Amino acid sequence: MPAVAETIETVQSAQEGGYKFGFETKIEMEFAPKGLNEDIVRFISAKKGEPEWLLEWRLKAYAMWLKMEEPDWAAVSYPKFDYQDAYYYAAPKNKVVPKSLDEVDPELLRTYEKLGIPLREQERLQGIAVDAVFDSVSVATSYKERLGKEGIIFCSISEAVHTHPELVKQYLGSVVPQGDNYFACLNSAVFTDGSFVYIPKGVRCPMELSTYFRINAQNTGQFERTLIVAEAGSHVSYLEGCTAPQRDENQMHAAVVELVAMDDATIKYSTVQNWYPGDAEGKGGIYNFVTKRGACRGARSKISWTQVETGSAITWKYPSCILQGDDSVGEFYSVAITNNRQQADTGTKMWHIGKNTRSTIVSKGISAGHGQNTYRGLVKISPKATGARNFTQCDSLLIGDQCGAHTVPYIENRCASAKIEHEATTSRIAEDQLFYCRARGLNQEEAVGLIVNGFCREVLKELPMEFAVEAQKLLAISLEGSVG
Amino acid sequence: MLKIENLTAEIDGKEILKGITLEVPAGEVHAIMGPNGSGKSTLSYVLSGREGYEITGGTATFNGIDLLAMEPEERAAAGVFLAFQYPVELPGVGNANFLRTALNAIRRARGEVEVDAMQFLKLSRAKIKALQMSEDMLKRNVNVGFSGGEKKRNEVLQMAMLEPKLAILDETDSGLDIDALKVVADGVNAMRGPEFSALVITHYQRLLDHITPDRVHVLMGGRIVKTGGPELALELEAEGYAKVAA
Repeated sequence: MPAVAETIETVQSAQEGGYKFGFETKIEMEFAPKGLNEDIVRFISAKKGEPEWLLEWRLKAYAMWLKMEEPDWAAVSYPKFDYQDAYYYAAPKNKVVPKSLDEVDPELLRTYEKLGIPLREQERLQGIAVDAVFDSVSVATSYKERLGKEGIIFCSISEAVHTHPELVKQYLGSVVPQGDNYFACLNSAVFTDGSFVYIPKGVRCPMELSTYFRINAQNTGQFERTLIVAEAGSHVSYLEGCTAPQRDENQMHAAVVELVAMDDATIKYSTVQNWYPGDAEGKGGIYNFVTKRGACRGARSKISWTQVETGSAITWKYPSCILQGDDSVGEFYSVAITNNRQQADTGTKMWHIGKNTRSTIVSKGISAGHGQNTYRGLVKISPKATGARNFTQCDSLLIGDQCGAHTVPYIENRCASAKIEHEATTSRIAEDQLFYCRARGLNQEEAVGLIVNGFCREVLKELPMEFAVEAQKLLAISLEGSVG
Repeated sequence: MLKIENLTAEIDGKEILKGITLEVPAGEVHAIMGPNGSGKSTLSYVLSGREGYEITGGTATFNGIDLLAMEPEERAAAGVFLAFQYPVELPGVGNANFLRTALNAIRRARGEVEVDAMQFLKLSRAKIKALQMSEDMLKRNVNVGFSGGEKKRNEVLQMAMLEPKLAILDETDSGLDIDALKVVADGVNAMRGPEFSALVITHYQRLLDHITPDRVHVLMGGRIVKTGGPELALELEAEGYAKVAA
């Protein structure tokens, strides 16, 4: 039986908020039964032919999750998600696991092309290795051979479980343990796919690695798990992008990302998050509850998070760094936009443990429409972290008078020699700035786009070139219709 | 040409322009002089479309088209340029990026091909050289950390790049030293030609030493009270507004 029985694609015109990725791919899917219970966890594990230890690991997480309560401390409000009314496994029906792009369902390749991620071209021309995750499974990973020559492993995590079980076993849950928080715990029980990256000692990854996440199926949660391990002296830059179809109901996205950096290793992790944000009245959209954490285990290691968050109805996300190694460095650069009824509670945690550890936090929040934007951050300095330094800058930009910006910085310092700086500003796009731009020929939206991009410049310049251009356009699109 | 007839405008219910009638034919430079509070800046904002001013009567047309019905950006595309009395800072926005975005927005509105980065660089370097400015200007953020003089030079650079048909200079000379004043004047003089007209709004005669106007209008209490040749500016300088207007 052919993998695709029938193909009809509906590209919905992007009516509100200019969401350009709201189409749905009609492709034959295989689902787990609706709802969540121990059998579903077993089903997922069996589907993936997982070893016993991983099933046990999942079941342990599930047992913990049952005893946990959904956190309510974030400044977001939403109707409670019905965990029994969702599918936890959805995969394109395809009996064979594709070994190369030639074996990938052409319909899926077309979907990624429409998203601006032409997997083939990306492989041939752009020199970016891509792992494409469609609902619950990874459908294609490009550039494997080239990377393999350097000893780099870049594949889906399901594949890594089989091909490199010792690495997965050693590091999975070592930064974000199963019981870390409600959403990470749920993820540990039901995660379906995600990317795995291993950079051997002293290797500088010759290209950007990228994963593109796509939620397609209805009523389906996406629970992906990404694990990146950078051995001593290695270097890797990793990009993550995401979109989803435009739907009326809310969908759950609860991902976990774990990064491990050994001595002198650097991991740069960039995200452009463009999940469907819901319509102007707040109907539909993705609930984005994500746990991202990096451990700077080695001396002089560095982990840098850059995120541009434009999508999702709810964003709950705090990419963090545990600075264990002496002289290790953590960075967090963030732009978060909330327009219409979007709500974002995002920030970071910088936990200084090693000596002379340094961290930098630059957060730019933009609120428009009825959007609510909260920066929530923790800088924690342990007693032994002598000479630790932190610099935090939180800027908020308000567009219109119905939106809100909130800054909640927590500082816990137990070390007298630490230096901690915090700066915060809140501003509005001034009428005279808009008029100045318009008097030079820019229309209202171009003017807002230009001013907002200027406001975010310190963060955008941290993004890899190709991503920065995309992010700039996305910022402008996200704010369409927010002024005037 | 610019044609204003019996234009009245108010802000927050207070009438500022009380019936202005004025014609600036193509190729001419007119000066508007007047004391503080006479309505000079209001006139420039009303002509360029700033919000907050209510037009209560009269008309203003540019080459026959109704200026007052247009959005500010449409006026810019039609060739109207306002050099601001207080140029606005745009943090994080590079001057080159701003200029190119503006130039291309105007070109697009006129149905012309947009300039790419290389063409823009060539064009902007040529203009900067002609105006004897430093290329550094392009690398900095729009007006951020600029001195008063630098801001005004930046306005002149924008004008040179966008090549308007009608320039309104709102007290561009205020707060300028003599060198900066000359740069501004040279910039305006370089644009003079049969297709270019300008309204130079100023308090003082000294800018007019460098830009010789074809006509001088005296604006007081929201009305043009006297019109004359360049000699009128000298007369004002010597005698004061009250006496000349009397």
